[in-house]
Amino acid sequence: MSVKKHPVNGEVAYTYIVSNKKLTMVAALGVTLGIAVFIFMNSMLAGFDKSSSEAFFKSIPHIRIYKDDEISKPIVNQSGKNIPVIVNPKVVPSNNTIVNPKQVIQLLKNQPDVALVTPQLTVGIFYNNAKTQISGRAIGILPEEANQMFNMESYVVEGNVNNLKNNINGILLGSGVAAKMNVREGDNISITSSVGMTKVMKVIGVFQTNNSVVDKTTAYVNIAFAQQLMKKNSSYITDINVNIKDYNKAKAYAPELAQLTNYKAEDWESANETYMAATRMRAIIIRFVSISILLVAGFGIYNILNMTVMQKINDIAILKAIGFNGRDVIRIFVSQALIIGLIGIVFGVLFASIMVAVLQNYYVGGDIGYFPIYFKLSNFLKGIFFGFAVTFLAGFIPARKAANIDPVSIFRK
Amino acid sequence: MKEIILKTESITKHFHDPVEFKVLDEISFEVYKGEFLTVIGKSGCGKSTLLYILSTMDTEFDGELFIDNQNISRWKQDKLAAIRNEKIGFVFQFHYLLGEFTCLKNVMIPALRLGKLPYDVIEEKAYQKLELLGLKDQALKPSSKLSGGQQQRVAIARALINDPLIIMGDEPTGNLDSMNTQNIFSIFKELTQEFGQTIIAVTHDQDFAKASDRTIEMQDGKIINQNYKFI
Repeated sequence: MSVKKHPVNGEVAYTYIVSNKKLTMVAALGVTLGIAVFIFMNSMLAGFDKSSSEAFFKSIPHIRIYKDDEISKPIVNQSGKNIPVIVNPKVVPSNNTIVNPKQVIQLLKNQPDVALVTPQLTVGIFYNNAKTQISGRAIGILPEEANQMFNMESYVVEGNVNNLKNNINGILLGSGVAAKMNVREGDNISITSSVGMTKVMKVIGVFQTNNSVVDKTTAYVNIAFAQQLMKKNSSYITDINVNIKDYNKAKAYAPELAQLTNYKAEDWESANETYMAATRMRAIIIRFVSISILLVAGFGIYNILNMTVMQKINDIAILKAIGFNGRDVIRIFVSQALIIGLIGIVFGVLFASIMVAVLQNYYVGGDIGYFPIYFKLSNFLKGIFFGFAVTFLAGFIPARKAANIDPVSIFRK
Repeated sequence: MKEIILKTESITKHFHDPVEFKVLDEISFEVYKGEFLTVIGKSGCGKSTLLYILSTMDTEFDGELFIDNQNISRWKQDKLAAIRNEKIGFVFQFHYLLGEFTCLKNVMIPALRLGKLPYDVIEEKAYQKLELLGLKDQALKPSSKLSGGQQQRVAIARALINDPLIIMGDEPTGNLDSMNTQNIFSIFKELTQEFGQTIIAVTHDQDFAKASDRTIEMQDGKIINQNYKFI
């Protein structure tokens, strides 16, 4: 006859927890705070990363494909020979257009990981206002595709992006430019390109990215119009912007595209190395702090469980005398730790969720808008995992000590 | 022919701290199944130390210890714990019960650890043992709320729960009044005579010892009389 064994170790652990509610709650509170702060800080980190990436992708693509300048090579090959050759390398004065852009774009569109492809042409211009001129740049785009890629609608404050498509002479101005030129939607503005072409354009909208350099210099025009400004034909394109499905893979994917197209492919991380370094540093600091807090919480429970073991030394001796072995004793105290951990984690997750939810709806304004924090499942899972790992260790160490208690030495006292 | 349940062969033990001291010196004796054995001797003669060795809790000794025909002298702790759980019941001198559990739970725990019976059967059995010791009405009280004598009786009930081969007691009636001592004594008698369980008790109580089947007298770590005659 087999009997379902009553989990007596668990029952002992449970009784200890219930009969020391205060101690349990204090220990669990430590775990709660540790877990909550850990999850909260990591959610914040994820939020910062997401919001700054989003800010980035308002104006730059995941991967930019362009023709890099070439440096002239010496005509004579001097390697291995003892002839002194004087060379004076220079940038080869070829134009930096992409040859047969339609074919290249089609090729890129056929790649499985590529989400969006759109051509771009940047022209240096002056905004004319009576006698004064403000230098800036006009970015020639295909309005529909660019809107998809950069989500332009989200930062157009006046007018509408789609009007650009309907009006070949339309221009979408940065808010800083618009203010300085004293124009608004529906007004006309005169611009002069770097090759001396002057045109009068109709302002169809104003955008504001909150990046003041961009807002004070940039305007968007139709790509065909940009080509006119450059006095070029309709196949003149300097950049092809590519968005891929997962922007975190841009760095790995860029070389593939470079090889495919034979042009330079620059991913957004390489293009913004300083920013990326700062991001990495921020990640290190936040992780370090959050793990430290978790460890402090771990030491808290360790202390409490250690104390419990010392208080229960007589009980442990009795349990061992009536036939509990070392492993049973370890199980009792580890279960106790894990129950405390579980209580702490449940409340910690709850607490973290509340904090995230509250901050998500807190408006900080400016460039950022709502506080950049968001629910990311992996952060919660990490928090739960680390919480259990820390409580397990904090329980296991004193439990092992308890398991080695010699009952005779206790009874002799 | 009497069946041997426990046997020692020249068990010797030293204390090393604070000074080298021989507590037990070549202890050899046999205990038979169904015997009610008492051990007497002056304080410090080594009776309790011997009992701890017999109970398998103290493993640091020289010599051989046989329980139920098995030489367990060099067994591992875990195996010994299983032996204690199943075959030996204890009643300690001062350390009795787990204070945060009810009397009933205290009695049940060794049987729950053994896990051979379903929970409700164990519970029923624990009630019976408590009733036997006159404590049924205290069953659901936390054990720390009981008096010393009551706690000791709960400890005896706990020692009986797994129907062990051997019940060992270090002054098992030390805290009890004469009526309860008498009661325990008759329980022990019944267990040995009717159920063939063996009792080994260390005691100072002359009357208690006198009424047992056999009394071993110890002095300075030696057995000086395997069959003490009371005057």
